[in-house]
Amino acid sequence: MDDQATTNKTDPEAWVDRYGDYLYRYAFHRTQDDGVAEDLVQETFLAALSARAKFQGRSSEKTWLTSILKHKLMDRYRTQYREVPHDDIELKADELDDRFDEKGHWKIGPAKWVANPQKQYEQKKFMEAVGHCLKTPPKRLSEAFVLREIDGMSTKEICKVLNVSETNLWVMLHRARIYMRECLEQSWLNPKEFKGELL
Amino acid sequence: MSAMLSCREVSQLVSESMDHELSMSQNIEVKMHLFMCKFCSRFKKQVLSIRQACRDNADLIGEGAGPGALCPEAKERIKRLLQKGGSG
Repeated sequence: MDDQATTNKTDPEAWVDRYGDYLYRYAFHRTQDDGVAEDLVQETFLAALSARAKFQGRSSEKTWLTSILKHKLMDRYRTQYREVPHDDIELKADELDDRFDEKGHWKIGPAKWVANPQKQYEQKKFMEAVGHCLKTPPKRLSEAFVLREIDGMSTKEICKVLNVSETNLWVMLHRARIYMRECLEQSWLNPKEFKGELL
Repeated sequence: MSAMLSCREVSQLVSESMDHELSMSQNIEVKMHLFMCKFCSRFKKQVLSIRQACRDNADLIGEGAGPGALCPEAKERIKRLLQKGGSG
């Protein structure tokens, strides 16, 4: 049993080469900040070093390190947003109203999608586009989007870490989805190239 | 029954239905609107599909997807810190 656990453990310095990029991207997509992502990765490895004795090798090293990073990330959100009032800028900035005319109809409606992000051969490109598009919404909206749509966290938990009321979170998520849908339509599908096939 | 909902309102409710249950009357109004509105139906289909693909492939966002890798300087710095921590 002990042997098994020991063979699953690698040298802490090798972690950096093996998992550094993965953890960095994980943190970057959830913070949209290069410096913060680097700090989080560093904190993760240092925390892992001190907790190494407790790592039983029951999960993979990657899963273990990712779960440490997740905790660091949640702590960071909590600290960052502890003081931010609920009705902050993301909810006031109403540029999304541009999408609808004065009667509330779409000005330019969603295009017909000719590809399906759930098809296996589309997935890698699609997720690349998601990574790229996360830069479009205001930061807090994009954070809410990742926690809900990618990580599948409950709205109650997200409200706690981002310090928003549930009603505000619903609005934030809706706006984030509008931004993301639009950006994906342009960058992933590039419907102009498919003009002939669109409805 | 209240006045017909606009696309702005329906798209918001479609989105909200992904986060909490709508009331019965909201549900009926949204369904009626979707039945007639191509754009809002597409909106619903697409945001649901984005969610599903994102959740199915959450791991890819850290793999090759998107820009960026930990820069070599940061890697060296972290390795040095780990060495110090390891011997200390």
